[in-house]
Amino acid sequence: MTEPTLFELSAAGRKGVNYPDSDVPLTNLPANLLRKDLPMPELSELDVVRHFTHLSRLNYSIDGGFYPLGSCTMKYNPKINEVTSRLSGFANTHPLQPIETVQGNLALMYQLQDLLKEISGFPGITLQPAAGAHGEFVGVLIMRAYHASRNDAKRVKILIPDSAHGTNPATSSMVGMEVAPIPSDARGNVDLVALKAACDDTLAGLMLTNPNTLGLFDENVLEVVRIVHEAGGLVYGDGANLNALLGIVRPGDLGIDVMHFNLHKTFSTPHGGGGPGSGPVGVAAHLVDFLPAPIIEIIEPGSEEMAPLYGFKTPSKTIGRIKSFQGHFGMLVRAYTYILMHGPDGLRKVSEYAVLNANYLLSKIRSTYHLPYDRVCMHEFVVEGFWPDVHDVHALDVAKRLMDYNFHPPTNYFPLIVKEALMIEPTETESKQTLDEFADVMVKIAREAREDPQLLKEAPHNTPVGRLDEVKAARDLVLCCWVPEGE
Amino acid sequence: MNIPTGYKYTDTDEWVRVEGSLATIGVSDFAQDQLSDVVFVEIAVSVNDTVKKGALLGTIESVKAASDINLPISGKVVEINEALSDSPELVNSDPYGKAWMIKIEMSAPDELNNLMDDKAYTTFCAGREH
Amino acid sequence: MFIPHTDQETREMLEAVGVKNLAELFTAIPEKYRFPKLQLPPAMTEMEILAEMENIAEANESTKDLVCFLGAGAYNHYSPAAVDMLLRRGEFYTAYTPYQPEISQGTLQVIFEYQSLVTALTGMEASNASHYDGATSAAEAVILAYQNFRGKRNKIILSPSLNPQYTATIRTYTQGHGSLIILGADARPDGSPEDLVQYLDDDTALVIVQYPDFLGRLYDYSALIAKAHEVGALVAVAVNPLALALFKTPGDMGADIVVGEGQPLGLPLSYGGPYLGIFATRKEFIRKISGRLVGETTDSRGNRAYVLTLTAREQHIRREKASSNICTNQGLLALAATIYMSLLGKNGLKKVAELNFHKAHYAAEQISQIPGYSVATAAPFFNEFVVTCPHPADEVAAHLLEHGILGGYELANDYQGMDNQLLVAVTEMNSKDEIDLLCEVLAEVNHD
Repeated sequence: MTEPTLFELSAAGRKGVNYPDSDVPLTNLPANLLRKDLPMPELSELDVVRHFTHLSRLNYSIDGGFYPLGSCTMKYNPKINEVTSRLSGFANTHPLQPIETVQGNLALMYQLQDLLKEISGFPGITLQPAAGAHGEFVGVLIMRAYHASRNDAKRVKILIPDSAHGTNPATSSMVGMEVAPIPSDARGNVDLVALKAACDDTLAGLMLTNPNTLGLFDENVLEVVRIVHEAGGLVYGDGANLNALLGIVRPGDLGIDVMHFNLHKTFSTPHGGGGPGSGPVGVAAHLVDFLPAPIIEIIEPGSEEMAPLYGFKTPSKTIGRIKSFQGHFGMLVRAYTYILMHGPDGLRKVSEYAVLNANYLLSKIRSTYHLPYDRVCMHEFVVEGFWPDVHDVHALDVAKRLMDYNFHPPTNYFPLIVKEALMIEPTETESKQTLDEFADVMVKIAREAREDPQLLKEAPHNTPVGRLDEVKAARDLVLCCWVPEGE
Repeated sequence: MNIPTGYKYTDTDEWVRVEGSLATIGVSDFAQDQLSDVVFVEIAVSVNDTVKKGALLGTIESVKAASDINLPISGKVVEINEALSDSPELVNSDPYGKAWMIKIEMSAPDELNNLMDDKAYTTFCAGREH
Repeated sequence: MFIPHTDQETREMLEAVGVKNLAELFTAIPEKYRFPKLQLPPAMTEMEILAEMENIAEANESTKDLVCFLGAGAYNHYSPAAVDMLLRRGEFYTAYTPYQPEISQGTLQVIFEYQSLVTALTGMEASNASHYDGATSAAEAVILAYQNFRGKRNKIILSPSLNPQYTATIRTYTQGHGSLIILGADARPDGSPEDLVQYLDDDTALVIVQYPDFLGRLYDYSALIAKAHEVGALVAVAVNPLALALFKTPGDMGADIVVGEGQPLGLPLSYGGPYLGIFATRKEFIRKISGRLVGETTDSRGNRAYVLTLTAREQHIRREKASSNICTNQGLLALAATIYMSLLGKNGLKKVAELNFHKAHYAAEQISQIPGYSVATAAPFFNEFVVTCPHPADEVAAHLLEHGILGGYELANDYQGMDNQLLVAVTEMNSKDEIDLLCEVLAEVNHD
C-alpha cells in the first residue's frame, strides 16, 4: 500500500495550526528582500496526524519486535528516559543561558562525565560528540594533536585491523592520516606478526574495535597495546561494542589511550530512525589537555551547605570546538537516567546477559549456520548466511525471509572478512522465549533454502513493500517530490 | 568473460586500445561484472590535460560499490566520452565499445609494454574468481 | 525490569552454552582486570529516578521561568502539541537507520518528504537527510568544496559575521587539511558583504556567509555570489530556516550550497541539542553530498517506494576514500521538523515568520527610544538585532536577569571592542508586555 506524500495530500487554504494576531504595531516588510512564493503543503492537523501515524506503521521497531542488528545494540529503550529528558527544566533551557541559571544541567553533565570515567577507566571525558563517528573523528584529531605537540608530525599512519568497524578508515582520512590494514589471525585476534611489521616511526596509532566485529574479545589485547605503545603510537578503542564490557573490564585499565562511547547503543538512548546519536570520548591522562572545548568543571568548590558552582573549561591544548553548544544534551539526560537506574551491579548484569544471550542463540543455530571463528563470543557473533550445497541462496535472501516471520534481519555483508556474513546481536533485553522463536525460524529458513529456494529469493512476501529497485533509484535520482514551477 | 584480443589490460581492470599514437581507455568486462549495475561514471580529467600513468582518471559507481579508474598510460587527453554521464549502463552493456571513457595522445608509448595482453589478463582474472 | 531472565531460564541457557556460570563466559578478558568493582551509586527504581531528575531539572531556570530574548543560534519558538505526540511513537524513535527498506518505509518516506520541504524552503534542488547541526553542516560544506576542486583550491573565505561557533567548528574540522587557508573570519563582524570580495581569487574554493547573519542582518548576497562565481568559487549560505518562510531564498541569489540550523523548526531548546543540520545544494553537487540521501523508486510489486540511494559514496563502502565518515542523520529531529512544517504549512510558516519580524521591529523601535541605547543594526533584519548599551552588556544582562529576563547574547564573548553590544532576539513567544518590560528594565539600568 502506498501512502500519498504531503504534497499530494495538500489542499489550498487548509490550516494545521492557528497563531494569534500580532499584539504589536506592524512594520513594513522590506519589499526587495521578500520571496515570491512559498511552495509548502497545506494540511489540517488531522491530515498531518493520520499521515505520520500511517507512516509509522510501515516501520519495524524495537517496540514492535526483535531487532538483532549486529553492531547496533538495539536494546529496549526505557520509557522513563522519554519522560526525564522532556522535563521542562531540561527541555526548555537555552544553551547560552548564564551558568548560574543552568546549574541543574551542568551538574548532570559533570556527574555523567564522572560516571563514564568510572565505567571506562578514563580520567578525561568530553560529552560533545554528536554520534559515534563524530566521537571517532574527535579521538583521531586528539591523537594527531598529541603527536604534533611532541614535534612528531611524521606520525601519519593509522593501523586498522580488518575486523574493525567500517567507519575507521574514513575517519582517519578526514584527519589527514594514511590508513594501513592489519589482518586477523586464525582465532580472530589481531595478527601480532603483521602488527609488529607495520610499527615504525611513522605510526600514529592503531584503531582497535574490541570486542571486534566478529564479536570476539582480542585475547592478546595487552600485547597489542604494548607493541603499539613501544613504537610510539597510541591505541584508539572503538567503544561501539561496550555493551559487552560494563563491569567486565575497563578499556582504560587495558592501556587504551582514547575511546568513544555510543550512548545510543550501550546506554539505551533511542536510535531515532537513524539519529540523533551521542558519542562522548574518554581519554587517558596524557590526552586530557587535548579534549575539545568546552568540558564541564567545578569552577567554585561547594561546602556542606552550598552546592559547588559548575561551569565550562577549555582544556589547555584543546583541539577546539567540534559542534555548536554542549553536545546532544537530551541524549545525555537519557543515558544518565539509564546508568543511575542500573547501578554497578545492574550494569554488570547488562553485559553478562548480553553475552549470555548471544552465546545461547549461537548454541541454537550453530549446527545450521557455519561459524567461521569458533570461540565463546561476546555480545554478538557472525555466521555465514549460505550453504555450499544450496546453489544461489545468499545471506541477503535469509535476511529478507526473516522479515516474513516478523523479525528484523541481522546486519549482513559485514564484516567483510566473513563470506556472506550474518552478524547477530540479540542484546540483554530479549527473553529466552524470543531467542528460541528466532532460532526456530532461522533453522526453518535453512530448511526452506533447500526445499523451496524461490521462497527466499522472492522474500519478503508479507511486508508493506517488496524488494526495492535500487538501480532505478540511483540512476533516476528522484530525491524530492516537489517540482519548482516552470520546470 | 569477454576479454578481446588486441587490447592491453592493467591489474586494476582498465583496458587500452591503440591506434597509432592514440590510446582509447575503458574498463574491462571483468570490472563491470564485479561492480554489477553501474549507475554513475565520473571522469576526473579534462580535454587538453596532461596526465600521468597511475593518476586518477575517474570514478565508477554501482549500487553496491564505488571504484576508482586509474590512468594506464601517460599523455594528453584529446577526447572524453560525454555519453557516459547520461547512460552509465553502457559500461555494463558494451564495456569495450560504447563505454570507452577517454582518448589520450600518448607521450610515452613504452609504458604499453608493462601492460598485460589478453592471455595474461585471462590468467590474471581466473586467479581472482572465487 | 529490563532483563527478563528468570533464574530457571538462566540455568537452562548456561547449560545449553556449556558453561557453569556467567563468569565463565569472560575468560578471554585478562584476569588481572576482569570484573572491576565499579564505584557507582546504587541502582534506583523508576519512582526514585524520576524524583531525582525532577530535582535536577528544577535547579535550572528555564525559558518557562524567565522571559527569553536570547538567540544567537538557538531560538525559543512554539512547537504545536502534535509534533511531540507523533515523535513519541515507538515505531519512529525505536527504529534504526532504514537499511532494510521493506520494513522502513515510514522513516524513508519521512526523510524523502523532509528533503522535499527543505529544497522548497531554501530554493535549492537537493537536500540530504540532515547533518548533526548547523555548525557541522557548515564544516561539511567546506569538505564538499575542497573535494569538488580535488584539493586544487585552498582558500576558504568565512564571513566575519558567520556564527563564531560555526567558524570554530570549521577550524577544528580542517586541522588535517594542512594546505587549507581560512580568510576573512577575523575581520570586524559589522562590515558588509562587499568586504569579502577582496579575498576572492582563483584559489578560492568556497565562501560562506550567513542569512540572517550572526548580528541579525539580512543581505541580498546575489552580487557577492556572482563575483565568487566569476573566479569559479562556490558559495554556501548558512540560514535560519524560519526566515526563509518570508525572505528571498539563497537559491534565488544563486547560492551553491545552503547549510543551516534546523532548531527553529519546532525543536525544543534542550540546552543545545540534539538539533538538526540542514544541508542542501544545487543539482550538480548531489553526488558530492555526504550523509544519507533517500530516493524514490519502485518495488517488486510495482508500487512507489523509497530507498537509501547513492550509498556507494559512503564510509562503509568507500572506506578511506570517502569524503566524510558520517553514518547517521538526525533522523528523529528531521521528523520533528517535517511534522512542524506540515502542520504550519504555507500559511502558518509565513505567519510565524511575520510575527517574529513585527515583534522584533517593535522591540528595536522601543529600545532605540530609550536614552543611552541605540539599535546598531542598520540593514534590514528578521528577529534579531544588536543593541548598543550605555554600559557593558554583561552588566546590563546581569541586571535584566535580576528581573527574570534573559536579555540577549553578549557579543564581547566573541568579538573585541564590542563590550557594550547585546544581541537581542524576539520571537512569536514574546508578548508586547514582555517587550515593554524589557524596555522598562533597560531604562532602569541607564539611571543606575
